[in-house]
Amino acid sequence: MTKLLRFIFFRMIVRFIVLVGLGLNIRRRELLPKQGPAIIVANHNSHLDTMVLMSLLEPALLDRVQPVAAMDYFMKNRLLAWFSSNILRIVPLARQFKAHDNPLKPVHDALEAGKILILFPEGSRGEPEQMKAFKKGIARLAQAHPEVPVIPVYMHGLGTALPKGEALFVPFFCDVFVGQARYYDNTRNDYLQQLQEQMYQLESEYKAGHAGGVY
Amino acid sequence: MDFLHIAQPLVWSLAGLFGLLFIASGIVRVMTRTQPHKDYSELSQRVSSWWIMISVFSAALLLSKNLSLLMFGLISFLALKEYFSMIPTRRTDRRVLFWAYLAIPMQYYWVSTGWYGLFIIFIPVYMFLLLPTRMLLIGDTRKFLSSLSTIHWGLMTLVFSISHVAFLMALPDTINPSAGSAGLVLYLVFLTQFNDVAQYSWGKLFGKRKIMPSVSPNKTWAGFVGGVITTSGLAVALAGLLTPMSLLQSAMAGLIISVAGFLGDVTISALKRDIGVKDCGNLLPGHGGMLDRIDSLTFSAPLFFHFIYYLYY
Repeated sequence: MTKLLRFIFFRMIVRFIVLVGLGLNIRRRELLPKQGPAIIVANHNSHLDTMVLMSLLEPALLDRVQPVAAMDYFMKNRLLAWFSSNILRIVPLARQFKAHDNPLKPVHDALEAGKILILFPEGSRGEPEQMKAFKKGIARLAQAHPEVPVIPVYMHGLGTALPKGEALFVPFFCDVFVGQARYYDNTRNDYLQQLQEQMYQLESEYKAGHAGGVY
Repeated sequence: MDFLHIAQPLVWSLAGLFGLLFIASGIVRVMTRTQPHKDYSELSQRVSSWWIMISVFSAALLLSKNLSLLMFGLISFLALKEYFSMIPTRRTDRRVLFWAYLAIPMQYYWVSTGWYGLFIIFIPVYMFLLLPTRMLLIGDTRKFLSSLSTIHWGLMTLVFSISHVAFLMALPDTINPSAGSAGLVLYLVFLTQFNDVAQYSWGKLFGKRKIMPSVSPNKTWAGFVGGVITTSGLAVALAGLLTPMSLLQSAMAGLIISVAGFLGDVTISALKRDIGVKDCGNLLPGHGGMLDRIDSLTFSAPLFFHFIYYLYY
Protein backbone atom coordinates (compact mmCIF):
# COMPACT_ATOMS: atom_id res chain seq x y z
CA MET A 1 0.00 0.00 0.00
CA THR A 2 2.68 2.49 0.96
CA LYS A 3 4.56 1.32 -2.11
CA LEU A 4 1.62 2.40 -4.25
CA LEU A 5 1.31 5.70 -2.38
CA ARG A 6 5.01 6.26 -2.82
CA PHE A 7 4.69 5.54 -6.53
CA ILE A 8 1.76 7.95 -6.88
CA PHE A 9 3.56 10.61 -4.89
CA PHE A 10 6.86 10.49 -6.79
CA ARG A 11 5.94 9.37 -10.27
CA MET A 12 2.79 11.48 -10.57
CA ILE A 13 2.55 14.38 -8.12
CA VAL A 14 6.23 15.25 -7.82
CA ARG A 15 6.87 14.65 -11.51
CA PHE A 16 4.02 16.93 -12.49
CA ILE A 17 5.23 19.71 -10.18
CA VAL A 18 8.79 19.29 -11.40
CA LEU A 19 7.88 19.30 -15.08
CA VAL A 20 5.20 22.01 -15.17
CA GLY A 21 5.73 24.08 -12.03
CA LEU A 22 9.50 24.09 -12.18
CA GLY A 23 10.99 22.97 -15.45
CA LEU A 24 14.43 21.44 -15.43
CA ASN A 25 17.65 22.14 -17.22
CA ILE A 26 19.72 19.02 -16.69
CA ARG A 27 23.28 18.46 -17.79
CA ARG A 28 24.79 14.96 -17.97
CA ARG A 29 21.78 13.12 -16.63
CA GLU A 30 23.37 9.89 -17.86
CA LEU A 31 25.89 10.12 -15.00
CA LEU A 32 23.18 9.55 -12.39
CA PRO A 33 23.41 6.06 -10.85
CA LYS A 34 21.59 3.25 -12.62
CA GLN A 35 22.04 0.74 -9.80
CA GLY A 36 22.76 0.58 -6.10
CA PRO A 37 24.68 0.98 -3.95
CA ALA A 38 25.51 4.60 -4.70
CA ILE A 39 25.55 7.93 -2.91
CA ILE A 40 24.23 11.09 -4.53
CA VAL A 41 25.58 14.18 -2.82
CA ALA A 42 23.96 17.51 -3.57
CA ASN A 43 23.93 21.07 -2.33
CA HIS A 44 20.89 21.78 -0.20
CA ASN A 45 18.59 24.76 -0.69
CA SER A 46 15.06 23.54 -0.39
CA HIS A 47 12.78 20.66 0.49
CA LEU A 48 12.32 20.34 -3.25
CA ASP A 49 15.94 19.13 -3.65
CA THR A 50 15.17 15.57 -2.59
CA MET A 51 11.96 15.51 -4.62
CA VAL A 52 13.67 16.65 -7.80
CA LEU A 53 16.55 14.20 -7.40
CA MET A 54 14.22 11.30 -6.74
CA SER A 55 12.11 12.14 -9.77
CA LEU A 56 15.21 12.24 -11.97
CA LEU A 57 16.28 8.66 -11.31
CA GLU A 58 14.96 5.85 -13.46
CA PRO A 59 11.51 4.73 -12.26
CA ALA A 60 12.72 1.19 -11.56
CA LEU A 61 15.14 2.59 -8.97
CA LEU A 62 12.40 4.20 -6.87
CA ASP A 63 12.35 1.20 -4.54
CA ARG A 64 16.07 1.52 -3.89
CA VAL A 65 16.50 5.22 -3.32
CA GLN A 66 16.44 6.72 0.17
CA PRO A 67 17.27 10.23 1.34
CA VAL A 68 19.41 10.60 4.42
CA ALA A 69 17.67 13.11 6.68
CA ALA A 70 17.91 14.60 10.14
CA MET A 71 15.91 12.57 12.65
CA ASP A 72 15.03 15.51 14.91
CA TYR A 73 13.40 17.41 12.02
CA PHE A 74 11.77 14.67 9.96
CA MET A 75 10.48 12.67 12.92
CA LYS A 76 9.28 15.64 14.97
CA ASN A 77 5.59 14.72 14.90
CA ARG A 78 3.59 11.60 14.05
CA LEU A 79 2.28 12.76 10.70
CA LEU A 80 5.68 13.89 9.46
CA ALA A 81 7.25 10.72 10.85
CA TRP A 82 4.77 8.58 8.94
CA PHE A 83 5.41 10.52 5.74
CA SER A 84 9.19 10.44 6.24
CA SER A 85 9.41 6.72 6.87
CA ASN A 86 6.75 5.45 4.44
CA ILE A 87 6.72 7.85 1.51
CA LEU A 88 10.15 9.47 1.54
CA ARG A 89 11.63 6.41 3.27
CA ILE A 90 14.38 8.41 4.88
CA VAL A 91 17.43 6.97 6.52
CA PRO A 92 17.21 8.83 9.83
CA LEU A 93 20.37 10.51 11.04
CA ALA A 94 20.70 11.59 14.66
CA ARG A 95 22.26 15.02 14.93
CA GLN A 96 22.77 14.74 18.70
CA PHE A 97 24.31 11.53 19.92
CA LYS A 98 26.44 10.10 22.70
CA ALA A 99 30.19 9.67 22.29
CA HIS A 100 30.17 5.89 21.89
CA ASP A 101 27.22 5.80 19.45
CA ASN A 102 27.80 5.58 15.72
CA PRO A 103 25.23 7.90 14.13
CA LEU A 104 26.17 6.68 10.66
CA LYS A 105 25.22 3.06 11.40
CA PRO A 106 21.82 3.18 9.59
CA VAL A 107 23.55 4.76 6.61
CA HIS A 108 26.20 2.00 6.47
CA ASP A 109 23.44 -0.60 6.71
CA ALA A 110 21.51 0.96 3.84
CA LEU A 111 24.58 0.99 1.60
CA GLU A 112 25.29 -2.63 2.43
CA ALA A 113 21.71 -3.39 1.41
CA GLY A 114 22.47 -1.88 -2.00
CA LYS A 115 20.47 1.33 -1.60
CA ILE A 116 20.99 4.57 -3.48
CA LEU A 117 21.31 7.29 -0.87
CA ILE A 118 20.68 10.99 -1.31
CA LEU A 119 22.81 13.00 1.04
CA PHE A 120 23.30 16.69 1.64
CA PRO A 121 26.78 17.13 3.11
CA GLU A 122 26.16 20.81 3.89
CA GLY A 123 24.01 19.54 6.74
CA SER A 124 21.05 21.90 6.36
CA ARG A 125 19.38 24.04 3.74
CA GLY A 126 20.80 27.31 5.07
CA GLU A 127 20.72 30.53 3.09
CA PRO A 128 19.19 30.02 -0.37
CA GLU A 129 21.74 29.34 -3.11
CA GLN A 130 24.75 29.81 -0.79
CA MET A 131 26.96 26.76 -0.60
CA LYS A 132 28.45 25.88 2.75
CA ALA A 133 31.41 23.68 3.62
CA PHE A 134 30.72 19.95 3.54
CA LYS A 135 30.58 18.06 6.79
CA LYS A 136 33.07 15.27 7.38
CA GLY A 137 30.57 12.41 7.54
CA ILE A 138 30.54 11.96 3.79
CA ALA A 139 34.32 11.30 3.71
CA ARG A 140 33.93 8.81 6.55
CA LEU A 141 31.19 7.02 4.62
CA ALA A 142 33.18 6.92 1.40
CA GLN A 143 36.17 5.55 3.25
CA ALA A 144 34.10 2.73 4.74
CA HIS A 145 32.64 1.92 1.30
CA PRO A 146 35.39 2.53 -1.24
CA GLU A 147 33.51 0.51 -3.88
CA VAL A 148 30.45 2.78 -3.73
CA PRO A 149 30.39 5.65 -6.27
CA VAL A 150 29.70 9.12 -4.90
CA ILE A 151 27.95 11.27 -7.50
CA PRO A 152 27.99 15.02 -6.95
CA VAL A 153 24.98 16.99 -8.18
CA TYR A 154 24.79 20.77 -8.19
CA MET A 155 21.31 22.28 -8.14
CA HIS A 156 20.24 25.86 -8.55
CA GLY A 157 16.88 27.60 -8.50
CA LEU A 158 15.01 25.47 -5.98
CA GLY A 159 16.06 27.78 -3.17
CA THR A 160 14.23 30.54 -5.00
CA ALA A 161 11.17 28.42 -5.82
CA LEU A 162 10.73 27.24 -2.23
CA PRO A 163 13.34 28.48 0.24
CA LYS A 164 13.70 27.51 3.87
CA GLY A 165 10.93 28.83 6.06
CA GLU A 166 8.55 29.62 3.18
CA ALA A 167 5.36 27.80 2.35
CA LEU A 168 4.57 29.64 -0.88
CA PHE A 169 5.83 27.92 -4.00
CA VAL A 170 6.78 30.19 -6.89
CA PRO A 171 7.62 28.64 -10.31
CA PHE A 172 11.23 28.96 -11.44
CA PHE A 173 13.40 26.97 -13.78
CA CYS A 174 15.87 24.84 -11.95
CA ASP A 175 19.31 23.76 -13.08
CA VAL A 176 20.72 20.35 -12.26
CA PHE A 177 24.35 19.67 -13.14
CA VAL A 178 25.57 16.13 -12.58
CA GLY A 179 29.30 15.50 -12.03
CA GLN A 180 31.50 12.43 -12.55
CA ALA A 181 31.29 9.71 -9.91
CA ARG A 182 34.09 9.84 -7.33
CA TYR A 183 35.45 6.85 -5.41
CA TYR A 184 37.36 7.06 -2.17
CA ASP A 185 41.10 6.90 -2.73
CA ASN A 186 43.50 8.80 -0.44
CA THR A 187 42.85 10.44 2.90
CA ARG A 188 39.58 11.66 4.34
CA ASN A 189 40.62 15.30 4.33
CA ASP A 190 41.80 15.18 0.73
CA TYR A 191 38.72 13.33 -0.32
CA LEU A 192 36.43 15.88 1.29
CA GLN A 193 38.36 18.73 -0.26
CA GLN A 194 38.25 17.17 -3.75
CA LEU A 195 34.56 16.50 -3.50
CA GLN A 196 33.92 20.05 -2.41
CA GLU A 197 36.15 21.32 -5.21
CA GLN A 198 34.18 19.28 -7.73
CA MET A 199 30.99 20.85 -6.44
CA TYR A 200 32.44 24.36 -6.80
CA GLN A 201 33.39 23.51 -10.38
CA LEU A 202 29.82 22.47 -11.13
CA GLU A 203 28.70 25.73 -9.54
CA SER A 204 31.01 27.78 -11.74
CA GLU A 205 29.81 25.83 -14.78
CA TYR A 206 26.33 26.98 -13.85
CA LYS A 207 27.42 30.57 -13.24
CA ALA A 208 29.20 30.74 -16.60
CA GLY A 209 25.89 30.34 -18.41
CA HIS A 210 23.81 32.58 -16.14
CA ALA A 211 24.73 36.20 -15.80
CA GLY A 212 21.29 37.10 -14.37
CA GLY A 213 21.04 35.71 -10.88
CA VAL A 214 20.07 37.79 -7.90
CA TYR A 215 20.48 41.52 -7.47
CA MET B 1 -19.69 18.78 -30.90
CA ASP B 2 -18.11 21.62 -32.83
CA PHE B 3 -15.63 19.19 -34.36
CA LEU B 4 -18.13 18.56 -37.10
CA HIS B 5 -18.61 22.24 -37.82
CA ILE B 6 -15.01 23.08 -38.54
CA ALA B 7 -14.71 25.57 -41.36
CA GLN B 8 -13.38 23.92 -44.51
CA PRO B 9 -10.76 26.64 -45.26
CA LEU B 10 -9.23 26.00 -41.84
CA VAL B 11 -8.90 22.29 -42.54
CA TRP B 12 -7.34 22.94 -45.94
CA SER B 13 -4.86 25.43 -44.51
CA LEU B 14 -3.79 23.07 -41.75
CA ALA B 15 -3.45 20.28 -44.31
CA GLY B 16 -1.24 22.61 -46.34
CA LEU B 17 0.83 23.33 -43.24
CA PHE B 18 1.43 19.63 -42.67
CA GLY B 19 2.31 19.36 -46.36
CA LEU B 20 5.01 21.98 -45.81
CA LEU B 21 6.28 20.01 -42.82
CA PHE B 22 6.54 16.86 -44.93
CA ILE B 23 8.52 18.78 -47.53
CA ALA B 24 10.81 20.25 -44.83
CA SER B 25 11.42 16.80 -43.33
CA GLY B 26 12.11 15.44 -46.80
CA ILE B 27 14.63 18.19 -47.57
CA VAL B 28 16.44 17.63 -44.27
CA ARG B 29 16.59 13.92 -44.98
CA VAL B 30 18.00 14.46 -48.47
CA MET B 31 20.55 16.97 -47.13
CA THR B 32 21.80 14.63 -44.41
CA ARG B 33 22.05 11.80 -46.90
CA THR B 34 23.82 13.70 -49.69
CA GLN B 35 26.17 15.63 -47.39
CA PRO B 36 27.01 13.16 -44.63
CA HIS B 37 30.11 15.10 -43.58
CA LYS B 38 28.03 18.12 -42.50
CA ASP B 39 26.21 18.35 -39.20
CA TYR B 40 22.49 18.91 -39.72
CA SER B 41 21.43 17.69 -36.28
CA GLU B 42 20.22 21.12 -35.14
CA LEU B 43 18.18 21.61 -38.31
CA SER B 44 16.70 18.17 -37.92
CA GLN B 45 15.84 18.84 -34.24
CA ARG B 46 14.28 22.10 -35.32
CA VAL B 47 11.98 20.37 -37.82
CA SER B 48 11.05 17.67 -35.29
CA SER B 49 10.09 20.38 -32.81
CA TRP B 50 7.98 22.04 -35.51
CA TRP B 51 6.09 18.78 -35.97
CA ILE B 52 5.19 18.72 -32.28
CA MET B 53 4.35 22.43 -32.06
CA ILE B 54 2.17 22.42 -35.17
CA SER B 55 0.40 19.22 -34.10
CA VAL B 56 -0.46 20.63 -30.67
CA PHE B 57 -1.48 23.97 -32.17
CA SER B 58 -3.70 22.37 -34.84
CA ALA B 59 -5.32 20.00 -32.38
CA ALA B 60 -6.19 22.85 -30.00
CA LEU B 61 -7.46 25.02 -32.84
CA LEU B 62 -9.70 22.27 -34.24
CA LEU B 63 -11.00 20.85 -30.98
CA SER B 64 -12.38 23.86 -29.12
CA LYS B 65 -11.98 27.54 -28.36
CA ASN B 66 -11.44 26.97 -24.66
CA LEU B 67 -8.72 24.44 -25.36
CA SER B 68 -6.99 27.00 -27.57
CA LEU B 69 -7.21 29.59 -24.78
CA LEU B 70 -5.74 27.07 -22.38
CA MET B 71 -2.89 26.45 -24.80
CA PHE B 72 -2.11 30.15 -25.16
CA GLY B 73 -2.29 30.54 -21.37
CA LEU B 74 0.20 27.71 -21.01
CA ILE B 75 2.46 29.33 -23.60
CA SER B 76 2.36 32.57 -21.60
CA PHE B 77 3.14 30.68 -18.41
CA LEU B 78 6.10 28.78 -19.86
CA ALA B 79 7.53 31.93 -21.44
CA LEU B 80 7.06 33.99 -18.28
CA LYS B 81 8.73 31.26 -16.22
CA GLU B 82 11.70 31.31 -18.58
CA TYR B 83 11.81 35.08 -18.35
CA PHE B 84 11.63 35.22 -14.54
CA SER B 85 14.28 32.50 -14.28
CA MET B 86 16.54 34.49 -16.59
CA ILE B 87 16.31 38.06 -15.32
CA PRO B 88 17.92 39.21 -12.09
CA THR B 89 15.34 39.12 -9.31
CA ARG B 90 15.45 40.02 -5.65
CA ARG B 91 14.78 37.38 -3.02
CA THR B 92 12.15 39.64 -1.54
CA ASP B 93 10.21 39.61 -4.82
CA ARG B 94 8.99 36.03 -4.53
CA ARG B 95 5.52 37.13 -3.48
CA VAL B 96 5.39 39.78 -6.18
CA LEU B 97 6.33 37.18 -8.79
CA PHE B 98 3.61 34.94 -7.43
CA TRP B 99 1.03 37.67 -8.18
CA ALA B 100 2.53 38.16 -11.60
CA TYR B 101 2.01 34.46 -12.33
CA LEU B 102 -1.53 34.71 -10.99
CA ALA B 103 -2.26 37.35 -13.60
CA ILE B 104 -2.08 34.65 -16.31
CA PRO B 105 -5.21 32.66 -15.39
CA MET B 106 -7.03 35.91 -14.67
CA GLN B 107 -6.11 37.52 -17.98
CA TYR B 108 -7.10 34.41 -19.95
CA TYR B 109 -10.32 34.18 -17.97
CA TRP B 110 -11.31 37.69 -19.12
CA VAL B 111 -10.50 36.52 -22.62
CA SER B 112 -12.69 33.44 -22.29
CA THR B 113 -15.67 35.57 -21.21
CA GLY B 114 -15.00 37.98 -24.06
CA TRP B 115 -14.76 40.91 -21.60
CA TYR B 116 -12.77 43.24 -23.82
CA GLY B 117 -12.84 46.18 -21.39
CA LEU B 118 -11.08 44.30 -18.62
CA PHE B 119 -8.85 42.30 -20.95
CA ILE B 120 -7.38 45.51 -22.33
CA ILE B 121 -6.72 47.27 -19.00
CA PHE B 122 -6.11 44.47 -16.52
CA ILE B 123 -2.34 44.20 -16.98
CA PRO B 124 -1.56 47.77 -18.17
CA VAL B 125 -3.54 49.35 -15.30
CA TYR B 126 -4.45 46.99 -12.47
CA MET B 127 -1.35 44.81 -12.43
CA PHE B 128 0.73 47.92 -13.06
CA LEU B 129 -0.62 49.34 -9.79
CA LEU B 130 -0.83 46.08 -7.85
CA LEU B 131 2.82 45.02 -8.30
CA PRO B 132 4.37 48.13 -6.67
CA THR B 133 1.75 47.97 -3.92
CA ARG B 134 2.71 44.41 -3.07
CA MET B 135 6.37 45.42 -3.18
CA LEU B 136 5.77 48.33 -0.82
CA LEU B 137 4.21 45.97 1.72
CA ILE B 138 7.43 43.95 1.66
CA GLY B 139 9.39 47.16 1.95
CA ASP B 140 12.64 46.43 0.13
CA THR B 141 13.63 49.63 -1.68
CA ARG B 142 16.96 48.42 -3.02
CA LYS B 143 16.69 48.01 -6.82
CA PHE B 144 13.01 48.80 -6.46
CA LEU B 145 12.59 50.43 -9.86
CA SER B 146 14.64 47.84 -11.79
CA SER B 147 12.76 45.02 -10.22
CA LEU B 148 9.35 46.57 -10.73
CA SER B 149 9.95 47.46 -14.34
CA THR B 150 11.43 44.12 -15.36
CA ILE B 151 8.55 42.20 -13.77
CA HIS B 152 5.90 44.37 -15.40
CA TRP B 153 7.69 44.31 -18.77
CA GLY B 154 7.55 40.51 -18.66
CA LEU B 155 3.83 40.59 -17.95
CA MET B 156 3.17 43.05 -20.75
CA THR B 157 5.20 41.15 -23.30
CA LEU B 158 4.50 37.54 -22.46
CA VAL B 159 1.00 37.68 -21.00
CA PHE B 160 -0.71 40.84 -22.26
CA SER B 161 0.68 40.71 -25.79
CA ILE B 162 0.32 36.98 -26.26
CA SER B 163 -3.23 37.03 -24.89
CA HIS B 164 -4.19 39.10 -27.94
CA VAL B 165 -3.88 35.93 -30.00
CA ALA B 166 -6.30 34.34 -27.57
CA PHE B 167 -8.71 37.27 -27.79
CA LEU B 168 -8.62 36.94 -31.55
CA MET B 169 -9.74 33.35 -30.99
CA ALA B 170 -12.50 34.49 -28.64
CA LEU B 171 -13.99 36.95 -31.14
CA PRO B 172 -17.31 35.76 -32.59
CA ASP B 173 -16.96 33.63 -35.71
CA THR B 174 -19.39 35.97 -37.47
CA ILE B 175 -16.67 38.55 -38.13
CA ASN B 176 -14.98 36.02 -40.38
CA PRO B 177 -17.73 33.94 -42.02
CA SER B 178 -15.45 31.76 -44.13
CA ALA B 179 -12.87 30.48 -41.63
CA GLY B 180 -14.08 31.76 -38.24
CA SER B 181 -11.91 33.31 -35.56
CA ALA B 182 -9.63 30.25 -35.62
CA GLY B 183 -8.83 31.20 -39.21
CA LEU B 184 -7.57 34.60 -38.06
CA VAL B 185 -5.43 33.00 -35.35
CA LEU B 186 -3.93 30.59 -37.85
CA TYR B 187 -3.30 33.45 -40.29
CA LEU B 188 -1.49 35.54 -37.67
CA VAL B 189 0.55 32.75 -36.09
CA PHE B 190 1.47 31.07 -39.37
CA LEU B 191 2.56 34.33 -41.05
CA THR B 192 4.56 35.41 -38.00
CA GLN B 193 6.45 32.12 -37.88
CA PHE B 194 6.76 31.98 -41.67
CA ASN B 195 8.26 35.47 -41.58
CA ASP B 196 10.95 34.24 -39.15
CA VAL B 197 11.87 31.43 -41.50
CA ALA B 198 11.70 33.69 -44.59
CA GLN B 199 13.95 36.36 -43.02
CA TYR B 200 16.40 33.69 -41.96
CA SER B 201 16.45 32.06 -45.42
CA TRP B 202 16.78 35.32 -47.41
CA GLY B 203 19.51 36.42 -45.03
CA LYS B 204 21.41 33.16 -45.45
CA LEU B 205 21.11 33.31 -49.24
CA PHE B 206 21.78 36.96 -50.03
CA GLY B 207 22.52 38.69 -46.74
CA LYS B 208 25.48 41.05 -46.67
CA ARG B 209 24.77 44.36 -44.96
CA LYS B 210 23.87 43.96 -41.34
CA ILE B 211 20.71 45.73 -40.23
CA MET B 212 21.38 45.88 -36.47
CA PRO B 213 24.97 44.75 -35.95
CA SER B 214 25.13 45.64 -32.26
CA VAL B 215 21.93 43.79 -31.37
CA SER B 216 21.78 40.78 -33.65
CA PRO B 217 24.79 40.16 -35.92
CA ASN B 218 22.89 37.58 -38.01
CA LYS B 219 20.14 39.91 -39.16
CA THR B 220 20.72 41.48 -42.57
CA TRP B 221 18.91 43.96 -44.81
CA ALA B 222 18.39 41.28 -47.45
CA GLY B 223 16.79 39.03 -44.86
CA PHE B 224 14.54 41.80 -43.58
CA VAL B 225 13.41 43.09 -46.99
CA GLY B 226 13.09 39.60 -48.46
CA GLY B 227 11.05 38.54 -45.44
CA VAL B 228 8.74 41.55 -45.64
CA ILE B 229 8.07 40.97 -49.35
CA THR B 230 7.48 37.20 -49.15
CA THR B 231 5.39 37.45 -46.00
CA SER B 232 3.25 40.24 -47.45
CA GLY B 233 2.82 38.25 -50.65
CA LEU B 234 1.71 35.21 -48.72
CA ALA B 235 -0.53 37.42 -46.56
CA VAL B 236 -2.35 38.56 -49.68
CA ALA B 237 -2.54 35.02 -51.06
CA LEU B 238 -3.96 33.50 -47.88
CA ALA B 239 -6.30 36.37 -47.00
CA GLY B 240 -9.13 35.13 -49.21
CA LEU B 241 -9.02 31.70 -47.64
CA LEU B 242 -8.65 32.60 -43.97
CA THR B 243 -9.78 36.21 -43.45
CA PRO B 244 -12.46 38.69 -44.51
CA MET B 245 -9.81 41.20 -45.66
CA SER B 246 -9.59 42.91 -49.04
CA LEU B 247 -6.45 42.95 -51.18
CA LEU B 248 -5.15 46.26 -49.83
CA GLN B 249 -6.01 45.38 -46.22
CA SER B 250 -4.24 42.03 -46.43
CA ALA B 251 -1.14 43.64 -47.93
CA MET B 252 -1.12 46.01 -44.95
CA ALA B 253 -1.63 43.09 -42.57
CA GLY B 254 1.36 41.33 -44.14
CA LEU B 255 3.44 44.46 -43.73
CA ILE B 256 2.38 44.83 -40.08
CA ILE B 257 3.09 41.19 -39.26
CA SER B 258 6.49 41.06 -40.96
CA VAL B 259 7.83 44.37 -39.63
CA ALA B 260 6.42 43.80 -36.12
CA GLY B 261 7.70 40.22 -36.16
CA PHE B 262 11.18 41.45 -36.96
CA LEU B 263 11.03 44.03 -34.17
CA GLY B 264 9.79 41.48 -31.63
CA ASP B 265 12.59 39.13 -32.63
CA VAL B 266 15.36 41.71 -32.21
CA THR B 267 13.82 43.03 -28.98
CA ILE B 268 14.16 39.61 -27.36
CA SER B 269 17.65 39.35 -28.89
CA ALA B 270 18.58 42.64 -27.23
CA LEU B 271 17.20 41.36 -23.94
CA LYS B 272 19.21 38.14 -24.17
CA ARG B 273 22.31 40.12 -25.06
CA ASP B 274 21.78 42.35 -22.04
CA ILE B 275 21.39 39.40 -19.70
CA GLY B 276 24.17 37.43 -21.37
CA VAL B 277 22.42 34.24 -22.46
CA LYS B 278 22.17 32.65 -25.89
CA ASP B 279 18.83 30.86 -25.54
CA CYS B 280 16.04 31.27 -23.05
CA GLY B 281 15.74 27.55 -22.36
CA ASN B 282 15.81 24.08 -23.84
CA LEU B 283 12.11 23.33 -24.02
CA LEU B 284 12.01 23.15 -27.83
CA PRO B 285 15.10 21.32 -29.14
CA GLY B 286 16.69 23.24 -32.01
CA HIS B 287 14.77 26.42 -31.18
CA GLY B 288 15.73 27.13 -27.57
CA GLY B 289 13.03 28.02 -25.09
CA MET B 290 9.41 29.04 -25.51
CA LEU B 291 10.46 32.69 -25.37
CA ASP B 292 12.80 32.17 -28.33
CA ARG B 293 9.90 30.81 -30.37
CA ILE B 294 7.27 33.43 -29.55
CA ASP B 295 9.55 36.47 -29.64
CA SER B 296 8.12 37.77 -32.94
CA LEU B 297 4.56 37.11 -31.85
CA THR B 298 4.93 39.42 -28.85
CA PHE B 299 4.92 42.36 -31.27
CA SER B 300 2.84 41.06 -34.17
CA ALA B 301 -0.07 39.76 -32.06
CA PRO B 302 -1.31 43.03 -30.52
CA LEU B 303 -0.75 45.02 -33.73
CA PHE B 304 -2.54 42.54 -35.99
CA PHE B 305 -5.31 42.16 -33.41
CA HIS B 306 -6.03 45.88 -33.29
CA PHE B 307 -5.89 46.11 -37.06
CA ILE B 308 -8.59 43.42 -37.38
CA TYR B 309 -10.54 44.73 -34.40
CA TYR B 310 -10.67 48.22 -35.89
CA LEU B 311 -11.68 46.98 -39.33
CA TYR B 312 -14.18 44.24 -38.54
CA TYR B 313 -15.51 44.35 -35.00
